[in-house]
Amino acid sequence: MWLKDSSIGRKLVMSITGTFLVLFLLFHGTMNLCLVIDDIFGTTAYNWICSMLGANWYAIIGTLIIALAVVVHFAYAIVLTIQNRRARGNDRYAVEARQEGVDWASKNMLALGIIVLGFIVLHLYNFWFKMQFAELTGIHTSMFDPHDGSTIVKALFTDGWCGIVYCLLYIVWLCALWFHLSHGVWSALQTMGLSNTKWLARIKVIGTVVATLTVGLFMVVILYFLGVNIGQMCA
Amino acid sequence: MDSYIDIKVRVWRQAGPKAQGHFETYELKHVFQGASFLEMIDILNEQLISEHKDPIAFDHDCREGICGMCSMYVNGHPHGPDSAITTCQLHMRKFHDGETITVEPWRSRAFPVIKDLMVDRQAYDKIMQAGGFVSVNTGGVPDANAIPIPKPIADEAMDAASCIGCGACAAACKNGSAMLFVAAKVSQLNLLPQGKAEKHQRAKAMLQKMDELGFGNCTNTGACAAECPKQVSLTHIARLNRDFIGAKFCD
Repeated sequence: MWLKDSSIGRKLVMSITGTFLVLFLLFHGTMNLCLVIDDIFGTTAYNWICSMLGANWYAIIGTLIIALAVVVHFAYAIVLTIQNRRARGNDRYAVEARQEGVDWASKNMLALGIIVLGFIVLHLYNFWFKMQFAELTGIHTSMFDPHDGSTIVKALFTDGWCGIVYCLLYIVWLCALWFHLSHGVWSALQTMGLSNTKWLARIKVIGTVVATLTVGLFMVVILYFLGVNIGQMCA
Repeated sequence: MDSYIDIKVRVWRQAGPKAQGHFETYELKHVFQGASFLEMIDILNEQLISEHKDPIAFDHDCREGICGMCSMYVNGHPHGPDSAITTCQLHMRKFHDGETITVEPWRSRAFPVIKDLMVDRQAYDKIMQAGGFVSVNTGGVPDANAIPIPKPIADEAMDAASCIGCGACAAACKNGSAMLFVAAKVSQLNLLPQGKAEKHQRAKAMLQKMDELGFGNCTNTGACAAECPKQVSLTHIARLNRDFIGAKFCD
């Protein structure tokens, strides 16, 4: 199977799963923005989306597909890294200089990916465990109603000093994600062959824009709650 | 103005493919800055021979930047700190008095060291033999202008063809990947009408050979293009990806 046995095939799997996860993040980030809108205008858009997804069959299937994409993306990353280290050989260079135009992120994609993945575990515990998991199993995993996502999120991020720590943790996560995407997005397009002398510069800009937009959507929400939290603590 | 400098050269010495290598530091006095890097190594070898020591083995041939033999990793860069040149085109004016210059061979699993700074780059020849050619049916010679080729395409094919197969791309790549070389060699033929007929077969055969020989997977870091003495562009890699994926979908 060429998606497993050829180097371009393996890279194609990385780029397709990666692109799929970015699209999911864009949806997730847009959904999160409703939290801020709800909080300012007193609407209930976020909880409406939560109830629409909830533990319905299509949301479960969607979750499983996303989980599969994460697993495949990560498993391939490990295999590719091992193969690449082996291809490099046992003797390392004594002096290694930086090349101009080579992004730091592009040389540290696995490390950044591991940071992102580590925080996903925390994130699943913080929210998914209290929402979809609780709804699915009927186990009370927290003191909150699993349907009231909006309250669960607000409770975590506006919980005094604890809230501040969580906000900072999530900001670290988002920064790692930005660096990962700043190389990942354009690299995925390049791997799919969507580049030429004109478009190489353009897909790099597209990559930066997509990375910034994706991370920005999440960052706005975190910064908003950080502000609300600090305001409450000072009051 | 070029003057004379005293330098220290820290060179990788390795007696043979299986031997354990190590660095050796040599002092070299009164080197003219107008000398090329390889001339400096020649002077150092003269000095070593006069001291009854084994001279440093290194690859070199044309000394005008077109053969691709002078494989040296100088101060952390293939072909040294200057851009878009080979080691033979590097001059001692890029270094200052008292500097210690570190010279290493290409390090990649697919390029095993033969001796000192010489590495075995037959892997690139094998990739070429797998598909880096156009099959020609013998017969009358066709008219040169019978197949019109747009100038931009001819230019791009020519840019790809400027690859001299020196191995700097794989040597600089953190993944030990030869993608830039393979992409350039595939592109120079796949872009032109004469090579287009076999483009799918060529992309598959050359990539398969590259993987088989133990080169790594490309992650688009771009170190290859940054270090390429002929400034071959990353966009050729995108074309190789496109042709390879296209070929797989056509199977």
